[in-house]
Amino acid sequence: MTTSVASIQLEPQTTIASRSPLQNALRRFSRHRSAQVGMTILGFLVFIAIFAPALAPYDPIKPLRDVKRRSSPCIHALGCPTDQPQHFFGIDGNQRDMLSRIIYGSRLSLEIGVATVSFAIVTGVMLGAVAGYAGGWTDNIIMRFMDVLLAFPSLLLSIAIVAVLGPGLINALIAISFVSIPIYARIVRASVLQVKEQDFVSASRALGSSPMGILIGHVMPNALTPLIVQATLGIASAILDAAALSFLGLGAAPPTPEWGLMLGEERNSVFNAPHLVFIPGIAIMLTVLAFNLLGDGLRDALDPRLTHVS
Amino acid sequence: MSQFLIRRLLLLLPVLFGITFVTFALARILPGDACFAILGEKATPEQCDAFREREGLNDPILTQFVRYLGDIARGNFGESLKDSRPVLQIILERLPMTLEVTIGAMLFSTTFGILLGVISATRRNTAVDVSTMMGANVGVSMPVFWLGLMLAYFFAIVLKGTPFWIPPSGRLSSGITIPPLVESFNLQDPSGLWGIIVTFASHTVTFNALITGNYEVLRDALWHLILPCIAVGTIPLSIIARMTRSSLLEVFGLDYIRTARAKGLRERAVIFKHAMRNALLPIVTVVGLSVGGLMSGAVLTETVFALPGVGTQLVSAILSRDYAVVQAFTVIIALIFVFVNLVVDFSYVFLDPRIRMQ
Repeated sequence: MTTSVASIQLEPQTTIASRSPLQNALRRFSRHRSAQVGMTILGFLVFIAIFAPALAPYDPIKPLRDVKRRSSPCIHALGCPTDQPQHFFGIDGNQRDMLSRIIYGSRLSLEIGVATVSFAIVTGVMLGAVAGYAGGWTDNIIMRFMDVLLAFPSLLLSIAIVAVLGPGLINALIAISFVSIPIYARIVRASVLQVKEQDFVSASRALGSSPMGILIGHVMPNALTPLIVQATLGIASAILDAAALSFLGLGAAPPTPEWGLMLGEERNSVFNAPHLVFIPGIAIMLTVLAFNLLGDGLRDALDPRLTHVS
Repeated sequence: MSQFLIRRLLLLLPVLFGITFVTFALARILPGDACFAILGEKATPEQCDAFREREGLNDPILTQFVRYLGDIARGNFGESLKDSRPVLQIILERLPMTLEVTIGAMLFSTTFGILLGVISATRRNTAVDVSTMMGANVGVSMPVFWLGLMLAYFFAIVLKGTPFWIPPSGRLSSGITIPPLVESFNLQDPSGLWGIIVTFASHTVTFNALITGNYEVLRDALWHLILPCIAVGTIPLSIIARMTRSSLLEVFGLDYIRTARAKGLRERAVIFKHAMRNALLPIVTVVGLSVGGLMSGAVLTETVFALPGVGTQLVSAILSRDYAVVQAFTVIIALIFVFVNLVVDFSYVFLDPRIRMQ
């Protein structure tokens, strides 16, 4: 009795492609509805910001001649006489093309968001790491100070800091970053405490790693997920706060094409030229919305444990 | 339970100390000489010496801080350089407006936030749910002052001539005033703490109108509060709606809800009597935390609606470098924020029997 080898049929094996955690996260992120919307809006904004000089039809700061102040949008396709130059978003109170100012404003808004959050993260990471490593009194002093900063409503503390430093865009940004330091410090401190006593960290220390090396090699990978999520949401609120300070006249100074400032300058003309208030507000809202959606998507993708029931 | 309350109160001390220290330090790190910053560039050295002596700036820093604490405890916030009158007086006149907006916005956001959250959670993944949550996402991304301006435009211009017209600015319509409580109740020159309370209550127009039975003024004041409250309340509303939805959904998955449904309870009883009680804790926390945002929002919105509150005063104080006013407002608002969160923590005791038992 011999069984011919040929008669044995092997079941075709189904193999499951193994994915790294990063691939999994990317997969979840790219399938996340809010993340998709957020990425699309943000991509659009970044495109506008990069190519602002090519896209803007006029200079954002120099007043135009032969145009009426606060005139309504003129779009040829919508019946505006073709012998008049097109102004999609109309003209502002200083005879400047609103569309050009909005386009250039996207640069400033993105810069504001990224700059304030970067500064806050760097400072927060340092403070949190020192607090976590050192423990004892150093930890207590740093973290209690952070608690106190959190005890103020953040925008009001920024306003108070601007009051001391004096109005201006840079001072407003310093104030906003300063106020957002505590949250990053807390995240990093928590990660430090988590890994500090672990064997692999002791081993690394025994092998001669410096505290900086341990921070970069072991602590940061652990803290990265909450930091990225928080930073994305932080950019959203930084843009909103910076716009608020500029609106109050405590941030960017005219003639800077800053959306909050543009809104503030034209707030009194809301009843006769509402487009001058409406458009910058929409621009701010879209930018903030993009980062908020992106933050939600990142949270769900990077850390499934944090995922809220949805 | 009392242990929990006492521990929470003790934890408050370092925070209070920190808040006063930060505001004290802010005023001390004014760039350049405090004298020039406050009296102006043209101040002579003699004026500066006199100023330092009067303000006690020559004393050791610790002495200055202790004196500052004592002053705050006694309600002495210094004198406004611009108006040359006590800052306390300005606070008593301005704070009520901001608190009225804050409280109104809080009622608006909590009521509608919870309502929308419940609707979303019970109709999960339907069009209603998706659109509510999309609305909430847009809601948290809107600048408060912009929403205020848009509401003012819509209700005052677009709806002009309809019964839905709402005044876009001011606290009361022109021609409508309300006498201070001292006059209404014929109080004999109240002083001290009682005086402070009476002045504060007088300037709280809605409260004043309510207790003096001046319903015409009350109606007008509330009418003027509608738009600011909606503008300020929209961001917290969105956050509360999201939180209500997610915490309800979390509770819906638990066994006792299935039991409640299985024993045939009506859906309304299941949601409000069983699910809501457990979902309430995170919601209350979010409401407490949003008070900071509400007050910041009120400060921003006042400039839009021309309301005589803290915000308008704060901005003009900053631009005219009136530091005593800025410092006082910062301390007061932070104290209110801390106090509200204390109340929130205490409310846990009533909401969650487990904390009561500990």
